[in-house]
Amino acid sequence: MEKITTAIQLIPLQHYIVLSITLFAIGALGVLLRRNTIIILMCIELMLNSVNLLLTAFSAYHSDPAGQVFVFFIMVVAAAEVAVGLSLIVMMKRNVDSLDINLLSRLKW
Amino acid sequence: MVEFSQLAFFSVLIPVLPLIGFLLIILLSRFLKGNFSGILATSLTGLSFVFSLILFLKHSSGVGNAVEIDLFNWLEVGRLRIPFAFLIDSLSITMMMIITGVGFLIHLYSIGYMKGDERINTFFAYMNLFTTSMLLLVMGANYLILFIGWEGVGLCSYLLIGFWFKNEAYNNAARKAFIVNRIGDLGFIIGIILVFFTFQTLSFSEIFPQLKGMLPNNALIITITLLLFVGAIGKSAQIPLFTWLPDAMAGPTPVSALIHAATMVTAGIYMIARSSLLFNLAPLTLDIILITGMTTALFAATIGLFQNDIKKVLAYSTVSQLGYMFVALGLGVYSAAVFHVTTHAFFKALLFMGAGSVIHALHGEQDIRRMGGLKSKLPYTYFTFLIGTIAISGFPPFSGFFSKDQILMAAWAKHPLIYILGMAGALMTCFYMFRLLFLVFHNSFRGTTHQQEHLHESPRVMTIPLVVLAVLSFAGGFINLPALFGGNLSFSRFLSTSLADGELAFHQISHTQEYLLLMLSFLALLTILLWAAHLYLKKKKLPSEENVKLPAIQNLIYHKYYIEEIYDFCFVKPYTAISLLFSRIIEGKGINAFVDGIGTVFSFGSERFRKLQSGNISFYVFAMIIGILAFLVINLVV
Repeated sequence: MEKITTAIQLIPLQHYIVLSITLFAIGALGVLLRRNTIIILMCIELMLNSVNLLLTAFSAYHSDPAGQVFVFFIMVVAAAEVAVGLSLIVMMKRNVDSLDINLLSRLKW
Repeated sequence: MVEFSQLAFFSVLIPVLPLIGFLLIILLSRFLKGNFSGILATSLTGLSFVFSLILFLKHSSGVGNAVEIDLFNWLEVGRLRIPFAFLIDSLSITMMMIITGVGFLIHLYSIGYMKGDERINTFFAYMNLFTTSMLLLVMGANYLILFIGWEGVGLCSYLLIGFWFKNEAYNNAARKAFIVNRIGDLGFIIGIILVFFTFQTLSFSEIFPQLKGMLPNNALIITITLLLFVGAIGKSAQIPLFTWLPDAMAGPTPVSALIHAATMVTAGIYMIARSSLLFNLAPLTLDIILITGMTTALFAATIGLFQNDIKKVLAYSTVSQLGYMFVALGLGVYSAAVFHVTTHAFFKALLFMGAGSVIHALHGEQDIRRMGGLKSKLPYTYFTFLIGTIAISGFPPFSGFFSKDQILMAAWAKHPLIYILGMAGALMTCFYMFRLLFLVFHNSFRGTTHQQEHLHESPRVMTIPLVVLAVLSFAGGFINLPALFGGNLSFSRFLSTSLADGELAFHQISHTQEYLLLMLSFLALLTILLWAAHLYLKKKKLPSEENVKLPAIQNLIYHKYYIEEIYDFCFVKPYTAISLLFSRIIEGKGINAFVDGIGTVFSFGSERFRKLQSGNISFYVFAMIIGILAFLVINLVV
């Protein structure tokens, strides 16, 4: 455990932050701009994982295990979310034979 | 103490019994079938009468003092303390006996008259409620209890006039009675408030002792008495608020007999008689009462001369007789007014129920031009109606003679002109009553053959009350024999414990003068009677049909001096116009516009805002991210 922490600390914290921001921005833009539901789901995962990365980095730098525990929780939730999201996508495919997110606006009253 | 509590028990039972009847009938009306509700209502009223009688006997055998029965403290706010109390004295006992006694007979009669009506249970419930309210009115020991009864009888009058509410004209008549009465009640309630501000109490027993040292013509007392008189004008149908009473004939005939002849309309007279000490301090008010009463008596009598509806004739006759009672009040002979209330209750209830019997026999016909010759077919009705007619006309020794004579003698003592005017009214009464009698019962029948075939005397349950009342109408006068006939005005003396008669009551006209006046009036009445007989029996004159053109004066009177039209023009039309103005401008353009405006603004705004919710997820996320960034920027900047 000590080793990993020191290994992480070899790279300056700024790099982690920039990488995380870049990943998060890619995810956010993907959610905003793409219309394919699967890609949107993947982008959401990307955003979650960028946050996970940042949490781990901070946790290592501050020697506080709470951040890492939190990451596990996020992973569990992400797994559940993917399960629900993919089943929704399957239903969508079956019903409207398309993955275009904009078609879902029909669900609006 | 035992004696007192027994008395209290009896006097509480008297108004409570009809109340029980009302509650039972109204709550169980679904289960009561046929005559049962009538029998229940009648027997409870009869029981009330028995208790009134017991109370009377106890009262007259005892000292004859007024007893106040304090039941509980009803209202207590600051200086205002209103006990729920009954005042049992000679005046209230007299009124109680009239109400329950005549009321019992009319209830009995109603069993026959209302038979088969689909809402008969409701009818008897209302009749019992009326009896309770009227008893509360006369038994109350302060003005507020009196006022509860006053409003209660007004309500019952409204309910019973509009009893056949499916007929719109009847409904309008009921509303008219209620609204016209409200005008009088407004004056009455202001008077009551003023009484409280002046005397700091509303109880009779606490007000009247305060009057002892007061000088007459106090402006405050005059105002109070005038306001109370306004209330009496409305309830007792005097000019200018008399128009509701003839219309009130829309109700079933027993209602007309009970409410609009025998009891409720005399409430105003009772109230003034009860406040006699107050009125004695206001000679100005008494003069106004005298003038109003006399005008009403003559005015209504002239209208009665030309009416063709059997009940309308009796209605105008009632207004006229009430005018007489007000003349008596105005003269300060309160006991004579109460005496006339008593005898009038007997013979007017009798006449109304006789008329009801005729209407019953003719299946609802009320036009005297379609009657005639009923003498042989309705012998009981005819005979009792004849007695009632003689009594109201004032032929000795029938009851009407004594009560009218007492008023007229007091009038003579005041001023001969008042006597002459009163006599003129009495002569007109004699004429229109005999005209009615002759047209209805004599000559040959003028209705349809169908009606003629079905002519029948009313059942026993209706004729028995008629006979009892006929006896009372004949003999009722002997309770107050004047000195001239060897009596000593025992009724007036009985009442003197609760009334303060003016000096005219036990007047000192010489007996020869009194004798002469009586002979004169008797001869005049006889002449009028013969004249009426000549016109309607010998020449068989008939009132003209609706479309025949009448001479100007007769036309004017036939149309009731166009009073209704004048009121309509002066009050109803402007009122409707103002109401329309309010409903169209204030309500339509003001209030509605404001309320609708609020709705319009919100629905307009919502219509725009709902566009935001497009269902486009990309847009939602975009908005969310913009929002987060905005928070971020603000956080950094600030």
